[in-house]
Amino acid sequence: MEALTKKYSVLGVLILLLILLVVFPRYVSAYKVILLTNILMYVIITLSWVIFSGSTGYISLAPAAFFGVGVYASAILSKSLFLPIFILIGGLASFCLAFLIGALTLRLRGMYFTMFTFGLVELIRHFAQWWEVNITGTVGRLILALDHITIYYAILIIFLLVLLTSYVIRHSKFGLALQSIGECEEAAAHTGVNVTLVKVLFFAISAFFMGVVGATMTMRWQYIDPPTAFDIRLSFMTVLMAIFGGMGHLYGPIVGASIFSFLDEILATKFPYYYMLLFGVTMFVVILFMPHGVEGVIQKWHKREKSGSSEKT
Amino acid sequence: MAQKGEKRIFRENMRILEVEGVKKNFGGLAAASNVAFHAEQGEIVGLIGPNGAGKTTLFNLVSGALIPDSGVIRFKGKNITGLKPHQITRMGIARTFQSVKVFPKMSVFDHVLLGYLFGNPKCTKSDKTLKEVIEILDFVELSEMRELRSKDLILSNQKRLEVARALATKPELLLLDELMAGLNHTEVIQAMELVRKIREKGVTILMVEHVMKAIMDTCDRIIVLHHGEKIAEGKPEEVAKNKSVVEVYLGE
Amino acid sequence: MVVKFLDIAIGGLLMGGIYALIAVGFSLQYGVARVLNVSHGEFIMLGAFATWSLFTLWGVNPLMSLVICAPIFFIIGFVIHRTYYTRLRISSESLAVFEGNSMLASFGLLFVIQNIALIVWGAPVKGYSYLAYPLSFFGAVFSANRIVTLFASVILGLIFYLFLARTRIGKAIRAAAQDPDAAELMGVRINQVLALCFGFGTMMAGLGGLLISMTSVMITPFMGLEYTLIAIIVVVLGGLGNIKGSFIGGFILGLVGTIVSYIQPGLSLVAYYMIFLLLLLIRPTGILGK
Repeated sequence: MEALTKKYSVLGVLILLLILLVVFPRYVSAYKVILLTNILMYVIITLSWVIFSGSTGYISLAPAAFFGVGVYASAILSKSLFLPIFILIGGLASFCLAFLIGALTLRLRGMYFTMFTFGLVELIRHFAQWWEVNITGTVGRLILALDHITIYYAILIIFLLVLLTSYVIRHSKFGLALQSIGECEEAAAHTGVNVTLVKVLFFAISAFFMGVVGATMTMRWQYIDPPTAFDIRLSFMTVLMAIFGGMGHLYGPIVGASIFSFLDEILATKFPYYYMLLFGVTMFVVILFMPHGVEGVIQKWHKREKSGSSEKT
Repeated sequence: MAQKGEKRIFRENMRILEVEGVKKNFGGLAAASNVAFHAEQGEIVGLIGPNGAGKTTLFNLVSGALIPDSGVIRFKGKNITGLKPHQITRMGIARTFQSVKVFPKMSVFDHVLLGYLFGNPKCTKSDKTLKEVIEILDFVELSEMRELRSKDLILSNQKRLEVARALATKPELLLLDELMAGLNHTEVIQAMELVRKIREKGVTILMVEHVMKAIMDTCDRIIVLHHGEKIAEGKPEEVAKNKSVVEVYLGE
Repeated sequence: MVVKFLDIAIGGLLMGGIYALIAVGFSLQYGVARVLNVSHGEFIMLGAFATWSLFTLWGVNPLMSLVICAPIFFIIGFVIHRTYYTRLRISSESLAVFEGNSMLASFGLLFVIQNIALIVWGAPVKGYSYLAYPLSFFGAVFSANRIVTLFASVILGLIFYLFLARTRIGKAIRAAAQDPDAAELMGVRINQVLALCFGFGTMMAGLGGLLISMTSVMITPFMGLEYTLIAIIVVVLGGLGNIKGSFIGGFILGLVGTIVSYIQPGLSLVAYYMIFLLLLLIRPTGILGK
């Protein structure tokens, strides 16, 4: 009985939060709406990242690449197509790119994959730059922006979709498969899991959402160019947020991304040259002392409370 | 292609596994040279030899973890050489590993569930599935520990878990790689019991072992490897008396 | 025709020398200390800025700066490894876990160093001119500073090679590269040796940056990333853990880059990346790897 009431109360809280998020824009300033939009953007990217990298342990540094692909899809198509359509195309483009890259590099050791994704962002940026300079002559594109309320609701919907997708995956047989790949890939293969296909597919799914959110956020900026669209710092931030929050449960990435994007917003304006320093130091501290992130800390506290006495965790 | 579960009438001594002329080199070192042997349906075949003889390599070749440089491997008459591990598992060959490869943070229950869901084509998380998982756990006597994470189990239970996970894929051929390694006397006897129980269910077993008692008592037939080559084959009593086998073991 | 060929060949070698140096540094850090140091390029950037400051503010010429920067960068790397990475290594449950964690920690390092550079030197592009007069080889023209960098990188490479091959510490490093646990059992103080390797890595990065700055390139706090990438590609090309391979690989890639720049400037990084992809697909152990 206790478990059931707990389940219902959690559900109740979530529904309440959802209602708050939906009515939010009516009662607060435009600045706050934009702030929350940015925070949700980071949450979406981090949640997407965790879908693949969180379970399998293959650390992807490609979020900036997939996000940027979405940005460009938007920039090129937004003049002629509707919002839902071109953001979907952005997502699909990222999906295809990830599928291709994954098929080529996920058969290799994790470190090679990471190195490759690290270079992917820079590669695409250079290539896009070269293309824009030499082929299309359009270095920098102007965009007809949309109002912040529309963007907010679009992002909110995407957030809910990613959350739902993450939840469904975690509780499906593929969640189990992804976990098995992360813990012992060879054994997973011998248990009947088509390791390569699962890796590539979920890498692509995670990229899809990054592309979708990239395509959506473009409508807030009025000008984009390769350095803006493909900014490697986004990849770094994503990894930092996921590690800081923890990846074992759904709330970890949400907490990690919320805290850091909030800090990013505040500190970037006040201390533009120092906030990256703070993030870097945080990375050091978290990796050495909090390897499971905020989640890990909460779990430990929870276990201690449950058992009462001091217990070795 | 023979689907698992498709009724196939086996004659009593149908060869379920055939390995012919298999070679595998690792940078100049021949881990397997021209190995040829077979296993008949329902047998328990032992694979022995000194360390480095190529036993685990052979398992890796059969399970798909490695691809032979030349030679053919046939399962139930079908050529499986070069197939990927997951394909081979789904066709009906399962294995355990010398260094126990469990999923440390996954529960016992989930291990078996994973095997069931992915080792059998078209499986979903239904009530029937959950029931069968529990049955498998009962079979290996791990039911009480179903919620525990595998890293919290003692070695002998981790080995049981590996076997349970393998059995969940409904194999017709089970490869056991040094199941008895690291087990104490009582645990060895329990393991031998389990192996016999598995054979009673109709599963053919190929086991690599160093624990001679287990091999002599359980196996119908023994194959001896040395430096990647088969040097002897036959019933346990015959092999025990074979001169070259004795030399190989004494010489070590 | 011959002039064009020399242009490319020598140009490739000049580029290659620097690549070789930074790749060897990276190889020491990843191949031996097992740290995928994504902040490698940032140390290169620091080296470039340090040289700039020494030259423009205190009139110290870059070749003199070599002597000043080498020990400083070495010590920085040594200390960072000895304090942080060593502790991380000890607390990591397996090598794979350590490799992942140390890479992530290097990100933190990247952020920190880039930011320090932004604070100290600011974002605007810097540069200086030293030994900028032209020299010609059978018609192919190069500025003297670039020729000097080639000699410097080859000499430094040779010195290091002799160090590895002849000295006791060098032998310890090679032992640790093959098998850290065995080396430890044989009396090698593994924590010291790994920290030494890391220190040598940062030293070479710093010196690489010094040489790069001499070639009249634009110095900005954001220049490091590209070099990290190049180092990674060269190391994979030469074989992970193969120091000699990294050295040769650097020259190969330098040549390739020069050829590509000749045909289509701005696409050299793309070409490197394509090579990287090809390597990973066909021969991940590298052209010279084990």
